[in-house]
Amino acid sequence: MSNKSLVSITDYSKEDILRILKLTKKFDENPNRRLLEGKVCATLFFEPSTRTRLSFETAVNRLGGRIIGFSDASTTSSTKGETLKDTILMVNNYADLIIMRHHLEGAARYATEVSSVPIINAGDGANQHPTQTMLDIYSIYKTQGKLEDLTITIVGDLKYGRTVHSLIIGMSHFNPTFIFVAPEELRLPDTYKNFCDEKDIKYEEHIDFSSEVINKADILYMTRVQRERFTDLMEYEKVKNVYILNNSMLSESKDNLKILHPLPRVNEINQDVDDSPKAYYFEQAKNGMFTREAVICDALNIYVE
Amino acid sequence: MSKIRKELQVAALCNGTAIDHIPSNVVFKVVSLLELDKLGNPITIGNNLESKKMQSKGIIKIADKFFEEDVVNKIALVAPNVVLNIIKDYAVVEKKRVSLPQTIKGIVKCNNPKCITNNEPMPTFFKVVDADKIELRCHYCNLKIKKDDIILK
Repeated sequence: MSNKSLVSITDYSKEDILRILKLTKKFDENPNRRLLEGKVCATLFFEPSTRTRLSFETAVNRLGGRIIGFSDASTTSSTKGETLKDTILMVNNYADLIIMRHHLEGAARYATEVSSVPIINAGDGANQHPTQTMLDIYSIYKTQGKLEDLTITIVGDLKYGRTVHSLIIGMSHFNPTFIFVAPEELRLPDTYKNFCDEKDIKYEEHIDFSSEVINKADILYMTRVQRERFTDLMEYEKVKNVYILNNSMLSESKDNLKILHPLPRVNEINQDVDDSPKAYYFEQAKNGMFTREAVICDALNIYVE
Repeated sequence: MSKIRKELQVAALCNGTAIDHIPSNVVFKVVSLLELDKLGNPITIGNNLESKKMQSKGIIKIADKFFEEDVVNKIALVAPNVVLNIIKDYAVVEKKRVSLPQTIKGIVKCNNPKCITNNEPMPTFFKVVDADKIELRCHYCNLKIKKDDIILK
């Protein structure tokens, strides 16, 4: 296994995270650096994800690298029954780095065991999406000027939300206080509460999404409450309009508050929030490109001046 | 003790391994874990036998066979309290207990249908996260599997 691969945020120590943030800052200052000249990166999207693919491919382009790959598995041999192993071994012959997204959980981990070039996981089912977590952490760092001792309010689907789980793990190195806000059916799983307990991380749980939980926060991390996550649709109908942020709820919030969202947003952040200086979700997406430039260079051991 | 109890319920072994105190419901799981179906040695399997310690037990006796530790430790997945009697010349020379290894390759199926291991021709791999409660975590998809949910391949 190539140890420069990135499969899960748990692969990164605190030092790794800080190193990536430092690199990301350099790309934020100057994203156009021809550091991948002569290199070929493969973007293997077995499952379509336009947003993530464009972000990665822009990152490679801004670094002067070339891209091969596919954006949908239906155009590949996997529809003929080719194994993931064979696809990876074939692409190994061509590319210096593989960026892959797959609908099956654990696909990226398995790919690292087969591949001779580094693998960057761009999402494996409901499992991991570590560059999303890194861009979230960078966005927190950039807007707050620090990572230590922040209060982070996380709202929405805390049960299935992969970005939420990874954010908890990623931020656990920096003494955060978490305020979890979710409907009963979508509460944070015990595994993550136990994780917080083991690490002495303070947290509160709320069902009501009120200004009280917003006013304490440095970061408000919104996620989508999805209809298909509910076993009881009556329950969904009850809560679907409860976890919606609108501008009037921000009147008493901290000056340094920033609102993050992994996107796509549906209706959980009202459009009237978009013009608030506290809305940060579109810049957050832009930070994703810088973060991915950093992760790619780190995986390939490329020195960034 | 009654006269009948004195009779051995399963014939004695000259040389080999006698696995005792197997819960009756997992006897055949132990058979498959140890791949006894692939052995040519004489094997005696007894099940639903009376037991002082447990309600009903199974015994497996394998003549002229001594297992490696990592092989017998697999049994801990389904029957953590079994006792292995190593028999030489009709005498028990050693009693062994089994202990769960830290990792388990193959053998167990991942219960997540969307796990890569259920969709590629590859062995499964689990880390034992709690050896006392017998809880495993899939190395690939991170699913945690509790003792009662463990399915053998």
